[in-house]
Amino acid sequence: MLAYLIRRLIAVVIMVLVVLLATFTVFYMLPRWAGQDIAVLFAGKATGAEQVEGIRTKLGLDDPLLAQFWEFVKGIPMGREFANGNDVTQCPAPCFGYSFVTEEPVWNTLKDALPVTGALAAGACVLWLAAGVATGVVSALKRGTIWDRGAMTVALGGVSLPIFFTGMVAMGIFVHSLGWVQITDNLSTDDPVGVWFETLLLPWIVLALLNAAMYARLTRATMLEVLGEDYIRTARAKGLGERVVITRHALRSAMTPILTVFGLDIGVLLGGAVLTESTFNLPGLGLAAVQAISSKDLPVILGVTLFAALAIAVANLVVDLLYAVIDPRVRLG
Amino acid sequence: MLSKRRLAAGAALVVAALVTTTACGGGDGDSDNGSDKGAGYNAGLDKVVNASTKKGGTLKFIGKQDFDSLDPQRSYYGMTWDFMRFFTRTLVTYDTKPGDASNKLVGDLATGPAEVSDDGKTYTYKLRDGLTWEDGSTLTSKDVKYGIERIWATDVITGGTPYLRTTLDPEGEYPGPYKDKSKDKLGLKAIETPDDKTVVFKLPKPNGDFEQFLAMPTGAPVKQSEDTGAKYTNKPFSSGPYKVESRQAGKSLVLVRNTNWKKSSDPLRPALPDKITVTISANLEENDKRLMEGDYDLDVNGTGMTQSGRVSAIQEHKESLDNIQTSFVRYVALVHTAKPFDDANCRKAVFYATDFAGLQQVRGGEVAAGEIANSVFPKSIPGYTDYDPYGVLARKGKPDIAKAKEALKECGQPNGFSTKLTARNNNPGEVDAAEALQEQLGKVGIKVEVDPIDGAQSSSITGSPKVVKERGYGMTMTGWGPDFPTGQGYGQPLFDSRFIFPNGNYNESQIKDKAIDKMFDDAIASTDPAEAKKIYEDMNKRLLDNADWMPFIYEKNISWRGSRLTNVYSSAAYNGRYDYVMLGVTK
Repeated sequence: MLAYLIRRLIAVVIMVLVVLLATFTVFYMLPRWAGQDIAVLFAGKATGAEQVEGIRTKLGLDDPLLAQFWEFVKGIPMGREFANGNDVTQCPAPCFGYSFVTEEPVWNTLKDALPVTGALAAGACVLWLAAGVATGVVSALKRGTIWDRGAMTVALGGVSLPIFFTGMVAMGIFVHSLGWVQITDNLSTDDPVGVWFETLLLPWIVLALLNAAMYARLTRATMLEVLGEDYIRTARAKGLGERVVITRHALRSAMTPILTVFGLDIGVLLGGAVLTESTFNLPGLGLAAVQAISSKDLPVILGVTLFAALAIAVANLVVDLLYAVIDPRVRLG
Repeated sequence: MLSKRRLAAGAALVVAALVTTTACGGGDGDSDNGSDKGAGYNAGLDKVVNASTKKGGTLKFIGKQDFDSLDPQRSYYGMTWDFMRFFTRTLVTYDTKPGDASNKLVGDLATGPAEVSDDGKTYTYKLRDGLTWEDGSTLTSKDVKYGIERIWATDVITGGTPYLRTTLDPEGEYPGPYKDKSKDKLGLKAIETPDDKTVVFKLPKPNGDFEQFLAMPTGAPVKQSEDTGAKYTNKPFSSGPYKVESRQAGKSLVLVRNTNWKKSSDPLRPALPDKITVTISANLEENDKRLMEGDYDLDVNGTGMTQSGRVSAIQEHKESLDNIQTSFVRYVALVHTAKPFDDANCRKAVFYATDFAGLQQVRGGEVAAGEIANSVFPKSIPGYTDYDPYGVLARKGKPDIAKAKEALKECGQPNGFSTKLTARNNNPGEVDAAEALQEQLGKVGIKVEVDPIDGAQSSSITGSPKVVKERGYGMTMTGWGPDFPTGQGYGQPLFDSRFIFPNGNYNESQIKDKAIDKMFDDAIASTDPAEAKKIYEDMNKRLLDNADWMPFIYEKNISWRGSRLTNVYSSAAYNGRYDYVMLGVTK
């Protein structure tokens, strides 16, 4: 088991490095190869040659790709400084880069955004997993009935409707027309739990609606497949109660593909739910990325991308480990 | 089957109910203020709406785009300059009057405009009595000098306007205060401070717009002991009636009263609200709804409402709207180095073949997009005239195909030619307008290939003559607004051949006309505004006669004027935005 864990951890580190290198190349090298000067981006509107040169030196933009990459990676555990003569900017560890738009280390932006994205992801996950799996199981068990068809129609609707539509409709009804929910702009850790709950309620539901639908369909399909397996017939033949057959035998087996998708989804969500956060103005990682794109703040974009990659890799790792718990065959393999 | 049909009918009903509820959602929130009536459509254009001296309350801004920087020497956005007057003062500033009257410069820290020497090279200002910083210390002439000196530190203080630096020290001899070897870090020779209340500027050569440069926040004082270099943006030290209480970049800004500011030292700012909040929120449609419900008072960006917000606002709250004329011009640069646009007749063919009314329609019509343009200068800039050599206004924007074909014959391309047109894909409607122009020009045989470019990268694409040549661009569609409201502030980057830069070039037509360059020199050297205006009018005529650059829209937008607001009016000096520093709230 330990060897398995170490193997997986090494794979995660390699994957994150590859993603980082690819992202780094896209942001810092492609423009250079295309003949564009990204130092100009950092300099703003009034650009003099001397100013651009200073920025280039300070950020080390003339260094070879690998040297720049190494500096960046080294900065994460050790911190780094950007210097041009006497002008020195400190970026303490963990240094995910330094934003010259906000004049702050990128980590500050990530740190502020994480609780919002985390809370959004956690609440939405619980909702959609519970609702999706329950609906899927019921549909599978009551296959062909009005319950099954009704649930699957709603599920189809949920999958088909984009978040910016359901989000706007939900806000239109519950915030603007009925006034049942009050949304607080710029949620922060200083706000009380009640405010967080009220602000996140609609985003949770909207996000869960989209994903629950997918999980319901997936659970239904997998359950139907599993319920037709020989060992289920055997379990029933042994005289086990239907409840035990469904929960301990069928559902456990059906959970494997659901868990795979769940791991990916959670990872993606932790990297920032761009549409949900933009629609509800939740200051999480997704919104930070959108704002960074509009203000051409490359270090923040890179930081969020890296964090998203990390989140997905770690979520996958956790899922892989959970496989071993759910399905003993994995341990043997 | 029946159950399926019922299900479908039920689903349709639910969707219809949802859509209806949402559509009605804008108007009837439970806010105290959403139901209040506004002062009337366009009431804020040229007069003060709800004039008041009542103090108190919280003035609430919302916007999608955050300020570029709160450091006066690093900001370049017009909205930031407008907002910055809450906590930043300059020697002179724009008058707090509605409309074009705002373009006049009046004394702010200084008792009045400069005393200018006969040779136009020495500007002397006397500071007012009672000027203070937010810690109660006296604001002196040395603080003004130090603040301005910061612009020379180009490796730390990035992003702001370069005008003061390039005018006072064209050779770039001064290294900036951070590398200044003198003890007091006040080594810039072009600014003298003979005493604490006098500032003298020595220009190497006259510049009639010099005071305009001082009215920008780059001319603001900074207290040396409070200067945190690049990080000053996070906590600027106030010289105005408000100071920063909290700031979260990309999220919010809160200003509270600066209790050490003295009204007696500041005749311009009424300082009515107790508190000012700015919320940055990404969802534009939602922001419009919140404005209409009275949760916020106005949009800090001042770029107008979204299409959906506009539609419901015009239907339900027209009296709270102003159709504001901005100083922004949408245009097509005709690249002189791209054949056959080196021939003026080929450029004229484009003027004649363009359906200006069609482009206006594509961009949203007269109210949402703006008026059809005839002059290279917008209406609020001296230099604008009704000169219309191609009959654009006379034909109400419609093309003259016969004349276009004639012009094509004269330029030796009777069957037309092929060219490439760029449009920025992040600018709503620009690619659509470019495609419309493509179709229009196609009618006279000018085959246009539209190339949508990344707007965020435009300064290194259309702003790079090398890239323009390599990619074969003949036309560039984009927009432009002035840094300061004079012919120089608007036109020099666009039309002066000495402003053609390898990167960040805005003379996209690549106009190399010695006569135009000389006109700029003459107008800038003149300290008589009437004389400068005449020169810019002649310049407008020459640029149009040569078909150098094709303006097509003078931009307008629909702006929301919250019903709680007092002292509201549109200020031409701030590109038509409301004059933020004058605003108050009723409750």
